[in-house]
Amino acid sequence: MLIPFSWLSQYVDITLPADELAHRLTMGGIEVGDVFTRGGWEGCVVGYVRATRPHPNADTLTLCEVDPGDGPPVEVVCGAPNVASGQKICFARPGVTLLNMHTGRREELKPATIRGVVSEGMICSEAELEISEEHEGIIVLPDDAEVGTPLDDVLGDTFLELELTPNRGDCLSMLGVAREIGALTGQQVRVPDVSYRESGTAASELARVSIADPDLCLRYTASVVTGISIGPSPHWLQDRLIRAGLRPINNVVDVTNYVMLEFNQPLHAFDLDTVTDRHVVVRRAADGEKFTTLDDVERTLTADNLLIADPTQAIGIGGVMGGANSEITASTTNLLLESATFHNLNNRRTATELNLRTEASQRFEKGLRPELAPIALRRATQLILETAGGEAAAGIIDVFPDGDKAVASVPLTVQRLRQVLGMDLDIGRAESVLNSLGIATKRTGSDSLEAEPPYWRSDIAIEEDLIEEVIRIIGYDEVPTTMLSSPIPYHRGDAMTTLKDRLRDALVAAGMQETISYPLVGPDELAKLGNGYDEGESLLRVANPMSAEQDVLRPTLAASILNTLAYNRGHNDGGFRLFELGRAFIPQSDGLPKEREVAAGVMCGPRYDANWLNDTEVLDFFDLSGTLATALNRMGIDADFSSADHAMFHPGRCANVAIAGEQDAAIGLIGELHPDVAAAFDLDAEPVIYFELRLDDLLAAQLGDEFAASRFQSLSRFPAANRDLALVVAADVPASRVRQLIERVRLVERAELFDVYEGENVPEGTRSLAFRIRFRAGDRTLTAEDVNRAVNGLTRALEREVGATVRG
Amino acid sequence: MTNWRLRAGRWSIRLTLRQGAAYNFTSLTLLQRIIVSQVLAQTQSAESISELASQALAELDAVPDADSAEQWRVAWLGRRGQITGILRSIPQLEPELRREVGTAANQARNLLDEALSRRIRELAEAELAARGALDVTLPGRPVVTGRLHPTTQIVREVCAAFMAMGFSVVEGPEVELDHYNFEMLNIPAGHPARDMWNSLWVDYVNEDGQQPMLLRTHTSPMQARVMESQEPPVRVVVPGKCYRYEATDATHEWHFYQIEGLAVAEGITFADLKGTLYEFARRVFGADRQIRFRCDYFPFVEPGVDMSISNFVDPATGRRPINRDEDWIEIMGAGMVHPRVLEGVGYDPQRYTGFAFGMGPERIGMLKYGIDDIRHFYRNDVRFLRQF
Repeated sequence: MLIPFSWLSQYVDITLPADELAHRLTMGGIEVGDVFTRGGWEGCVVGYVRATRPHPNADTLTLCEVDPGDGPPVEVVCGAPNVASGQKICFARPGVTLLNMHTGRREELKPATIRGVVSEGMICSEAELEISEEHEGIIVLPDDAEVGTPLDDVLGDTFLELELTPNRGDCLSMLGVAREIGALTGQQVRVPDVSYRESGTAASELARVSIADPDLCLRYTASVVTGISIGPSPHWLQDRLIRAGLRPINNVVDVTNYVMLEFNQPLHAFDLDTVTDRHVVVRRAADGEKFTTLDDVERTLTADNLLIADPTQAIGIGGVMGGANSEITASTTNLLLESATFHNLNNRRTATELNLRTEASQRFEKGLRPELAPIALRRATQLILETAGGEAAAGIIDVFPDGDKAVASVPLTVQRLRQVLGMDLDIGRAESVLNSLGIATKRTGSDSLEAEPPYWRSDIAIEEDLIEEVIRIIGYDEVPTTMLSSPIPYHRGDAMTTLKDRLRDALVAAGMQETISYPLVGPDELAKLGNGYDEGESLLRVANPMSAEQDVLRPTLAASILNTLAYNRGHNDGGFRLFELGRAFIPQSDGLPKEREVAAGVMCGPRYDANWLNDTEVLDFFDLSGTLATALNRMGIDADFSSADHAMFHPGRCANVAIAGEQDAAIGLIGELHPDVAAAFDLDAEPVIYFELRLDDLLAAQLGDEFAASRFQSLSRFPAANRDLALVVAADVPASRVRQLIERVRLVERAELFDVYEGENVPEGTRSLAFRIRFRAGDRTLTAEDVNRAVNGLTRALEREVGATVRG
Repeated sequence: MTNWRLRAGRWSIRLTLRQGAAYNFTSLTLLQRIIVSQVLAQTQSAESISELASQALAELDAVPDADSAEQWRVAWLGRRGQITGILRSIPQLEPELRREVGTAANQARNLLDEALSRRIRELAEAELAARGALDVTLPGRPVVTGRLHPTTQIVREVCAAFMAMGFSVVEGPEVELDHYNFEMLNIPAGHPARDMWNSLWVDYVNEDGQQPMLLRTHTSPMQARVMESQEPPVRVVVPGKCYRYEATDATHEWHFYQIEGLAVAEGITFADLKGTLYEFARRVFGADRQIRFRCDYFPFVEPGVDMSISNFVDPATGRRPINRDEDWIEIMGAGMVHPRVLEGVGYDPQRYTGFAFGMGPERIGMLKYGIDDIRHFYRNDVRFLRQF
């Protein structure tokens, strides 16, 4: 909404500098996005073209004798086609600084010789004055402009660009903003008189209005003006509309727009002679009914759309746009002027469905009060008589089905002010603030009042609305600053939130970088994963996606994090260790989808940046499995990896991740990506290792575990004894199984695998696993004999369980 | 040259010695050493001891390593060393000589002791120096570190500030029902305020032909969910992802985080809201921050406000705390919970009051760290992520 001060000041005196006023409005809830001024044309004045004659040397140029008002006439060369003698124009003398259209810079205007004639100044277009881009023709000022007046006084202005919240539709009008300024600066608001001379015939005799659907049209008022002449509006009216950003059309349409900008009430003028039986019927459209709007688009309507019709046909869509069939034309002489109140939500729905968010619908949708309709109607009728002539019928037509219902008043008490704001406010002070906003009040007690929401405000319905009105004008700085003194609720630590935070910290500590990506992916991205990862579940889609690459709620984090990896490999060198915690979406047959918390991670590239220590290996499966095991260990969880098969992964290089001792219940997967999958993401240069953990399963396992209470183990005072043992086992015996068997033996504290060997000296189909085993007792120093006995027991058990033999 | 007849116990030998000369004891047999010591002791004077000490110091200077230094110590200061021998022989000296020789010998011993310590230190240092210096400018052995995403860091910082004031952290569903995302927040269907939240709807139509699910446009729906699940008092903060149907640019993302806060109890006022958010602003932006409220509109609060923090030029440095040429910077929306929201969850709005607020951690991060484009956050370029 654009508010020119030149127009606004008709209703309220502006007593503050523009920036200060803008600040006050913004603090009070009417946000001013921009303040700008037009003008600063020092040395430019209103000039008068006394005579013109053709340029002797150029057909397109005119020589103009211009009276600058304060001296003898000067001769000016003008190239504009619309220049003519008798015009008041914008005259710039040599020496003033103006935009040079040829250089695009502001430059000092110099006397110039144009095709052999000296031009002693310039007649300006809008472009040279930086009002608009328009430079085809010069600006022609109104005839009553006084010659010699500084141009700033005629064309200069200051504008507020408002960014309104939806509740303050009233400030889509000059009066609305004026009332706000009046309250903020203590100035009186001048509301225009709306009376006009009425002729003998009653409006209700010249036309008739029926509301068939009063739920959608709360009030319909109309006036009738006969014998008008359609033509251009007077200059002042056109000028105001242009300054406010609207295009003048003709006197009648301009008046309806003017009153809309003045009072906030949209109006519509029908050519009364096109209305059959001069009978307006406000009714729902029939399903499938077709109607051609003013913009010559045929629209198909439903019973949810409200029409303005006559007995034979529709003539407008209520509160949205009029019809081509009843439009004001140059030959229109009799008018039906409509000022109605339409149901805001229905109006908004219709405008949205038809994609016709007009100036009118933007006002109706925010809810206009029925009391406003007749006031604006009278104002518009008055201005039409003034600008288009004719005679106005006596009175107005006013169909107001619920007109006898009183407007509910809203109470306000000092007690509630204190309860909500936490400060003591005198009721008298609250009352004077409300009154300054035009809200009438009545005391109902020493500490209470009742307020009448004024006809221009539709957003005041409850006591809290009044409290806001009071405090926004007083200013929030007056509210004291206190700390919460109500009881602190029991702290509800959320187990999943805690788990996620711990896992993030653990992964970061293990060297992984956290990423966060979009949860919407494209179906193509999921397809790249092979058919393995969406587990046969159907996909959840977005009905109105912003792009085809973002229309599925991801069932896995894999595609996202592989894209993140691919992006980074395209932009950065080095190895990558990335992870993300996010949600995977699994549709349910009914209601909201299951949102599964998932952790996913990926590694790829050199283990270290290029370094002088010659450590140049690339990250592999064991880097990620070691990182993951370390991170889980930090959370008190021993991870167990067991061989698995999955289409997304390289055959034989994939494992289920489980919590040790619960191998049957995998909580995730880890593996080297299948080369085809890696290639699909342009990641085929080096192995890509990926893991995904289901955190709900992890949480369930962790919650079920009593480890916390029995976590502490006392420290033995006695020394440990180490033995190295190389065991030859079949190649398919998992190393983790051997280790578990060793650690199960009494006195064994820990077994670390330090060598894996296959080849010479080890039988075909077997491999040697060398463990460093640490023995320790809690109650004594172990003797060599103790250890020997333990080793013997251990080798026997290993032989029995996995056929292991001790290597020489 | 003098001939001496010596008695040492039962043994007697004849030696020809040059008075005052130093003898390399290491070349002598044990017996010879004892005898020579005896002889020397009986022939010492203060001058001769001083000469001996000079000789010993000269030898010490030539000692090349720790082992040789030990040999030197044995030869001079050991149980059978020359100086020790002189000291031992003192009782057998003529009484008039004892004092002079004793003093001189003790002085010599102390002198040599000190010299030896010094020499050992020198030798040790020389040995370390000889090991060779490191090029300390070589890069260290690589250690891989990770970092939390900046959004996670800011969410944690903000939540910690509120947890210190008794708030709990809760999360909620990212796919939400229209009912919670809008209806329960006093934003009925068709309401113009819905324009404030352009939504991404889930492609699912229920039996009534409605499309009831959307990607939540804010974390505010948890207001109703939390209040439905418990009685007052309530104090929660709700961090999480939100989504809007919105073109992206340097200050807009369709996918972003929000941290919603809610406190409801008897007696909570706007003044408490000011105090709570003031404390937050000080914790996150620094102790000298001021806050300011202006009227704003959110359908689920009344009165509704927008909070800004001060960003004045520091006269000492001539700079602003946040690198933006504005005295006040808007941080979040807030207000007193609308009575209709309380009614909707079955709270009595005459008895209970409360406040709610909501802020974007990305914006807070952008302000704190001077990030110029919100799109950096979820592009996940490690050059960006590693800066935080």
